[in-house]
Amino acid sequence: MTAISVRGLRKSYDGVEAVRGIDFEVAAGEVFGLLGPNGAGKTTTVEILEGYRKRDAGEVSVLGFDPGRRERALRARIGVVLQSSELWPNLTPAETVRMFAGYYPKARPVDEVVELVGLAEKADARVKTLSGGQKRRLDLALALVGDPDLIFMDEPTTGFDPQARRAAWEMIRGLRALGKTILLTTHYLDEAQQLADRVGVLRNGSLVTVGTPAELVGSQLTEIRYRANGEPVVERTETPTRRLNELTGAALAEGRELDEIEVRRASLEDVYLDLLDEDADA
Amino acid sequence: MRLFLHQLRSEQRIFWRNRESAVFVFLFPVLLFLLLGTVYSGHYRGRPVTDYLTVGLIAYGVANTTFGGLAITVVIRRELGLLKRILSTPLPAPTYLIALVCSLLLAFVLQAIAIVVLGKTLYDAHLPSDRLSLVLAYALGALCFAGMGLGVASLIRSSEGASAVVNVIILPMTFLSGGFGPTRDYPQVLNAVADVLPLTYLVDLVTGIVFDGKAIWDQRSAVAVLAAWGVAGVLVALWRFDWQPRER
Repeated sequence: MTAISVRGLRKSYDGVEAVRGIDFEVAAGEVFGLLGPNGAGKTTTVEILEGYRKRDAGEVSVLGFDPGRRERALRARIGVVLQSSELWPNLTPAETVRMFAGYYPKARPVDEVVELVGLAEKADARVKTLSGGQKRRLDLALALVGDPDLIFMDEPTTGFDPQARRAAWEMIRGLRALGKTILLTTHYLDEAQQLADRVGVLRNGSLVTVGTPAELVGSQLTEIRYRANGEPVVERTETPTRRLNELTGAALAEGRELDEIEVRRASLEDVYLDLLDEDADA
Repeated sequence: MRLFLHQLRSEQRIFWRNRESAVFVFLFPVLLFLLLGTVYSGHYRGRPVTDYLTVGLIAYGVANTTFGGLAITVVIRRELGLLKRILSTPLPAPTYLIALVCSLLLAFVLQAIAIVVLGKTLYDAHLPSDRLSLVLAYALGALCFAGMGLGVASLIRSSEGASAVVNVIILPMTFLSGGFGPTRDYPQVLNAVADVLPLTYLVDLVTGIVFDGKAIWDQRSAVAVLAAWGVAGVLVALWRFDWQPRER
C-alpha cells in the first residue's frame, strides 16, 4: 500500500523554483528520509504534503487524499512535527496534550502519550520551565495524540545533544514498530542511515537519487587512496581487486612503497557529498 | 459545538494563566477606571462624572480587550508558529478563531461587570433604565472591535511591534473619542479627527443611551458606522489573514 505518492511536483517562490519536478513514493509502514542541505527543497516538499502550501504543478496523494484540499478526514490521520518548537508557555504538558486530544476523533489517552514521550515527571509543570529537548518531546506528543497513520517530521533532532538524539531515534523506531508511516527530513546523514528504510536525496529542488541506504552505498565505487611522490592520490574504481593488483605490481616492480595506502567502501556520507558535488559541475 | 466549548475552555485557561493578558488586557481598564474615578470630580450634564466614566471606561475595555488583546494574541501566536500548528489538526480554523474571539469577549464581559460593580459601590454610579440598549450597544461594539482586531492583526508584520502598534492605536483613540472623559471642551481639530474613529461612535452610542435616554435603535447612524468598521476589519482579515509566521 502506498501512503504517499508524488509525481512531477513543482513549486516556485517569486519565480525561483524551489522544487523542480520530483517523483517519489512512500509505502505504508515505511520510514522515508528526505535528505539534503538547507535550501534543497525539503521543507517545501514536506509542507506541500502536510497541506500548508499549494503546489504549482504535479500530482500528490497522501493517504489517498489531495493534501492541497486540506480535508479534515486527512488531518485526523496525520501527525506533524514542525521545525520550531514553540508552545503555550503557561500550560502544562498534560494540558497541552489534552487540548490537542480534543481535536481528534480517536485520540489516544493523554497520560499514555505523555508517558510515551518520557514527560510523565514533567506532566504538570509549566511548559516554560521545560528544557529545549523536553519541548521537542512535547511537540512529538502533540503529533502522536491523534493516533495518526502517517507522521511528518521536519528535522526532528536538529539542535539535540547526542544523547537526546539517540533517545529520539529510539522513539522513532518504536513508532515504526507500531506500523506508522514516517516521512522525515534531515540534513544528518547518520540519522537517515539509522532510521530510514529508504532515502531520497534532494539537491536544488530535484531528487537526485532514491534508494535504501545500502543501495545508495552499494552503487558506489571503492575508493583507493595513497601518496605518490608525496602527493595524495584518490582513485575510485568498480574493480578494486584488479586496480590494486596493478598499483601494487607497478610499485613492486619499481621498488617503491605506496605510502599511506587505504582502501575503503564509500559511506553514505561520501555518496551524499558526491551527489551534492555534482551540483558544482552542473 | 463540542469542539468549540473544548477550545473555549482551553483559551480561558491560557488567557488567565498569562500574566500579560490577565493584567494588561483584563485589569488595566479596571485600574484606570478606579484612578480616573478618584481624580475626576464634578458633574457632566447634571450627573456625577463617574456615571460618564463608567460607560466610557467600559468602551475603553471594548477596544483594549476585544480589539487589542485579540490582535496581540493572534500576531504572537502566528509568529511563534502556534497558528500553523493548529492548522495541521482536524480542528476547523473557523472554530478555533471563534473560540479565541469568544474567550476575549468573555474576559470583556467580566471586566465590564467589574467596572459596573466598582462604579456602584465606590462612586455610586447610576446605570440607565434602558439596560437592554446599553448591553446591545456594548455587544455590537465588542463584535465590531473584534472584527477590527482580526483585521489589524493581519496587517501587523512582527510580534515585536504588535503590542506597541496596538496601544498607539488604542490610547489616543480612546482619549479622542471620549472614553476617558467628555470631549466637548477639546479643540475643533481633535474632534474632527475623532469623527473618523470607530470608538467615537461606540462612546456616542452609550452616552446617548445613558445621558439622553435614547434607545440603541434611535441612533442608527452610529450603529451603521460601527458595523461598517467591523465589516471592514473582517474584510481585511479575509484578504490578509495568515496562519504562518511572516518572519523567517
